[in-house]
Amino acid sequence: MNPAESAGPDTQWMIRFDKVVKRYGDLTVLDELDFHVRPRERVTLIGPSGSGKTTILRLLMTLERITSGTIEVGGEYLSHTRRGDKLVPADEKHLRRVRKRIGMVFQQFNLFPNMNVLRNITEAPVRALGRPRAEAEAKARELLDMVGLGEKALEHPTRLSGGQQQRVAIARALAMEPEILLLDEVTSALDPELVAGVQDLLRDIASRGELTILCVTHEMQFAQDISDRVLMFDKGQIVEDGPPEKIFTEPEEQRTRDFLQAILKA
Amino acid sequence: MATINPCSGDLPGTFGDAMPFICDGAVVTAQVTLGGAALAIVLAAVAGLASTSHAWLVRAVARVYMEFFRGASVLVQLFWIFYAMPAITGYRLSPIFAGVLTLGLNLGAYGSEVVRGAIQAVPVPQREAGIALNFSTYQRMRRIILPQAFVAMVPPGTSLLIELLKATSLVSAISVADMTYQANVTVSSIGNQFTIFGIVMVIYFLMAQVITMVMRVVERRAATMVGRETPKRRPPQMAWTDPAPTSAGGGGKS
Amino acid sequence: MNWDWEWTREFSVELFTTGLKVTAQITVFGAIVAFIFGLLLALLRRSKILWVSTAARWFIQFVRSTPLLVQLFFLFYVLPTIPPNIKLSALTAGILGLGVHYACYTAEVYRAGIDGVPPGQFEAATALNLPQVRTWTSVILPQALRRSLPALGNVLVAIFKESPQLSIITVLDVIGTAQELGSERFRYLEPLTVAGLFFLVLAIPASIMIRRLERRLEY
Repeated sequence: MNPAESAGPDTQWMIRFDKVVKRYGDLTVLDELDFHVRPRERVTLIGPSGSGKTTILRLLMTLERITSGTIEVGGEYLSHTRRGDKLVPADEKHLRRVRKRIGMVFQQFNLFPNMNVLRNITEAPVRALGRPRAEAEAKARELLDMVGLGEKALEHPTRLSGGQQQRVAIARALAMEPEILLLDEVTSALDPELVAGVQDLLRDIASRGELTILCVTHEMQFAQDISDRVLMFDKGQIVEDGPPEKIFTEPEEQRTRDFLQAILKA
Repeated sequence: MATINPCSGDLPGTFGDAMPFICDGAVVTAQVTLGGAALAIVLAAVAGLASTSHAWLVRAVARVYMEFFRGASVLVQLFWIFYAMPAITGYRLSPIFAGVLTLGLNLGAYGSEVVRGAIQAVPVPQREAGIALNFSTYQRMRRIILPQAFVAMVPPGTSLLIELLKATSLVSAISVADMTYQANVTVSSIGNQFTIFGIVMVIYFLMAQVITMVMRVVERRAATMVGRETPKRRPPQMAWTDPAPTSAGGGGKS
Repeated sequence: MNWDWEWTREFSVELFTTGLKVTAQITVFGAIVAFIFGLLLALLRRSKILWVSTAARWFIQFVRSTPLLVQLFFLFYVLPTIPPNIKLSALTAGILGLGVHYACYTAEVYRAGIDGVPPGQFEAATALNLPQVRTWTSVILPQALRRSLPALGNVLVAIFKESPQLSIITVLDVIGTAQELGSERFRYLEPLTVAGLFFLVLAIPASIMIRRLERRLEY
């Protein structure tokens, strides 16, 4: 179903995995994985833990090195450059250029404890993108208002609740104006009463349709709300691929049915 | 009431005879401590950072420096640099320079282990968040890792500064006129060993307290920078009596 | 610069017989004093009698923040002048000074080891109605000592490395002998280099082994 033509970058796709293998020692996490994501498509990755969902996000964010195969982002190789006929691992300069397109929100927020909230958001635009500080701060304040934390700009991150920290982390990722947003189990470290606030915010962001979103989550309702496509993973392979209404109500594969049942019981 | 100058020669008895010399020595001890500390901190930062480098050669050079200068005591290194090295280089260093150099090299080697340990103790996700926000390798180190690692460096760093202060007494063996040297000279001319060595030990002790107090302020500042509260008042014991998890902070210099 | 190999061969014999013997003596007896007196200090620090624990704490603090060298001078030059006028040989004074100095480090090592024993162990011993002494000798201390082992190893290496300080109070250990040999010819390069290498060759592998042990005990 993916009209993958001849090899080589293709701008029709925002993200393209081509025979991607990721191994840790003897353990194969991704096994010749192929998949494509269109620009502004919002995709949720589901599947049992250890099925490789998070690895996909970490590979895209260049936090891990790919074992073999290629990944393209916006028509550019993510971690390779072409030299003659061969693909060779890309240098740091290349990585930094491609990374500009991608933002990530982590399960554990990972705010910088040595900076206040505002600084957490402005530091990367100022240092990595070279924006003037005043401009970055104005933008950061806008984003903080959007995530409902306008009055917390000068607070220290450790003084915020988990939900507030995660909303700052979302603002921090958006401040870099990425084309792709990676959401890695962004609510699973939160106390139950704080989940809704973060999810509402992300629903709002997703509904604007400006970003390509890849989301790993165990919250099926949330997945259904924010995505227009769901990929079911198992053992490093895609088991099922379709719109959320179909996958969640009438999945074709037994493994998907088992997984959904297990999730609902929990 | 007139203030009493503790360094005055008009003090009664042994004090009057000894204090002017001991005070001269105390100034030299403080100078050697500061000079040694400055050099040690620079070397610790450079070698500590180098030991976390991705380039194996850089790492190896740092490693060799660290092992070599922790492999023997300050005294042995001091004797070698002062007495043996001139046979190779052709000229003799001034005693005070040899002292500062040796102390800096030796304590710098211990310090680089502290720097390395603190850098490695910064949680990996902090580094990953830095990558995700497209910081360069240098910016990640400068803006994210080091400010956080610094907090962890302070308590073991305090112990090392006190070790440095204590080790300055060894420069008396190459006739630098520090406090220990002055104590020996004074004892040999006027006797009164108990009083003079007693005074000198108390002054060393007080100097160590000053280091501890200054470093506690540094620690508190650093902790607030990363949003951690430190207890305003600690149990009445010194920071360095609680060995930090790093081995450098633990059983002293070893 | 040229290295005098013949002389090196000649003096190495003296360096590694008489000198080495003294260094070994200092290290072994210094460590024995440090390990035993350190344990005593650690227990005194835990004493329920306030002045005992306070005195122990201050003693440890004071010794740890003053130079070993000055402490050696104190033992060697001061003790004979104050009643009861004990005159120690340089070697004895040195071993005692080194041992007491590092006892203040071992006391902290033991303390960390004792603090590391889970409180449940004390409670279990109480539940079994073990007498206090028995609780300590057969339950707490064996566990605490095991935890303290790598750090005690570090102290042992530190005692070995710092033993040359005794040469300043005229003890003829490896470094003292090397100094003396050097002063005979007014040429220090060979004896001090050989003596220095001797410390490196023993101390570096020892430290590396202790680090391995540390890592093994962590799991």
